[in-house]
Amino acid sequence: MTATHFLPRQHLQTLLDQLDALGYRCIGPQVRDGTIVFDRLSDATALPVGIGAHQTPGRYRLEHQDHPRCFAWANGPQALKPLLFAPQERLWRTERDDAGRLSFTSEPQPMQRQAIIGVRACDLAALALQDAHFAGPRADPGYSRRRRDLLLVGVECGQPANTCFCASTGDGPAISTGADLALTELDTGFLVRAASEVGSALCDALPLRAPSDEERAQGAAEIEQARLRQCRSLPGRNLRESLFANLDHPRWDEVATRCLACGNCVAVCPTCFCSTEREQPSIDGSSSTHLRLWDSCFSAEHSYVHGRLLRPDTRTRYRQWLTHKLGGWHDQYGRSGCVGCGRCIAWCPVGIDLTAETNAICADASESAQEAP
Amino acid sequence: MSTATAMGPPWEAEVLSRDDETQSLCTLHLRLTDADARAAYRFLPGQFNMLYVPAVGGVPISIASDPEQPQRLAHTISAVGRVTRVLARLSTGDRIGLRGPYGRGWPLDQAEGQDLVVVTGGLGCAPVVAAIDYALARRADFGQLVILQGVKHAADMFWRARYDAWAELPNTVVRLAADQPDHHWQDHVGLVTDLLDEIPLRPDASIALICGPEPMMLAAAKRLVALGISDDRIWLSLERGFQCGVGHCGHCQLGPYFVCRDGPVFPWSEISWLLGQKGF
Repeated sequence: MTATHFLPRQHLQTLLDQLDALGYRCIGPQVRDGTIVFDRLSDATALPVGIGAHQTPGRYRLEHQDHPRCFAWANGPQALKPLLFAPQERLWRTERDDAGRLSFTSEPQPMQRQAIIGVRACDLAALALQDAHFAGPRADPGYSRRRRDLLLVGVECGQPANTCFCASTGDGPAISTGADLALTELDTGFLVRAASEVGSALCDALPLRAPSDEERAQGAAEIEQARLRQCRSLPGRNLRESLFANLDHPRWDEVATRCLACGNCVAVCPTCFCSTEREQPSIDGSSSTHLRLWDSCFSAEHSYVHGRLLRPDTRTRYRQWLTHKLGGWHDQYGRSGCVGCGRCIAWCPVGIDLTAETNAICADASESAQEAP
Repeated sequence: MSTATAMGPPWEAEVLSRDDETQSLCTLHLRLTDADARAAYRFLPGQFNMLYVPAVGGVPISIASDPEQPQRLAHTISAVGRVTRVLARLSTGDRIGLRGPYGRGWPLDQAEGQDLVVVTGGLGCAPVVAAIDYALARRADFGQLVILQGVKHAADMFWRARYDAWAELPNTVVRLAADQPDHHWQDHVGLVTDLLDEIPLRPDASIALICGPEPMMLAAAKRLVALGISDDRIWLSLERGFQCGVGHCGHCQLGPYFVCRDGPVFPWSEISWLLGQKGF
């Protein structure tokens, strides 16, 4: 079993300094525009100290709380996704000479290796899914470049939001895999577990001490409480059969009357991977840059096929999103594409709750789950 | 194809010549300008390329030429969208980008020793022509060749000379159907699927290759099942909004499948549960 250490709170800066000394560009959570985002971090005081995040369907508000903790909030709108699957990526550039000949170039941007602080268990699970999609046999060069040498400092989630359901998907709140270091935050500091060779080497350079039995017990109890406090759940971990057996369920029509097809859920989802390609021509037409941008299956254009739209209405688009997220992913990557982060619920402008929709549509699955021993 | 070019950048391809097939259809014959890339390029019948017009964008187009001659690639284009309208205006010597080939082609290994039943509608004949060429180049390896092509208007019938030439070959049946005939139309009036009841069919020794509008493909597959062909002997080539070609961009998903990578050619046994459901 991995040894658990304790990092006193006043030495959190040492962790950042060590990462900096090892050549990592540190990224960490910070308060920005009324929410918590990941950004360049060199000073531990820039972390969201004494901040909580109140989330309910369609609502996200930060609140000041009277405690010294930096990670006492569930999540912000971003996961790791934008840091690896870039919202906009330059794929290649075309030059056309006077004779009409074309030349193509793709110039990978040199980049410093990155360390991300404050990663949640749900986001580590989402990262594993994005890895399966983008870093498989035909690996995406940009994603792979950013993924290589990425160091992840996870922090277990002790303050789930009302929208969280990672316990139901089996992805949190405790960190079991995927991080180099796994931290559990207490008022006085952090329980620290190294989960990789790089993590162990980092531990050796930190002013760690052995935790007291009381500190260990408190950490475990807080994470267990965080699991028990979650109030939403999906009716099962594999809903593929149930969803595809209910393609004509009346709930699809009903949810389509509320859904704005805005695509917010897709943008904040840590596993949604769709992209579209665009041209950015120069004004004189002699060159053009070929870009890849995030896309959403809620747009009309997403289902465009040779002069027609495969999904002309919100009903079929919402159904595509949900049957893929909770159904198709099982065939594609061996598990559901949902990690229970609840972002799609909080950031939906009309507060559509994926768990409520799924429980309504897959009522048959819930009943059979209840019958099972 | 090397994986380095799977996601681009494309190769440069030159238009060697163009054939105007109908008022809205043309075939571009392309050649990769890079000698090494050209020498290394191979494709299987049923695969597609991404054709790319700088400053405009890219489209997936099936390869409609003989796989034995991969140095000269034919793509038949229907000018219906932003990119295809530009492609349809190209002429000899023009340069575009080309990535590929992508996807799973026709099951020609499985088809060896079997009768081939080709059922196509409209431009759906283009992705199957390479398979017909492949079979004709190895005529002794295949049994009877049945080629059925349907069009909406008689005027949409293109590659007439090819069909006439195929009809002259031994052990080959060619039938054409037009929903709206003209005064010269001599074959079946109605749907191409009507012809399935009129052809000699050995259900246990046939492989069906189907490509066309989805309602036509659904009708053909269901009729062939009713005629006793098992669902793993019936293959369909699907069309979706392919952009990347490698199963990353997500546009082509059909339930669990990335059609660009897992297809575009599927056996009916894999997709019959979902194909035809509105929205998939």
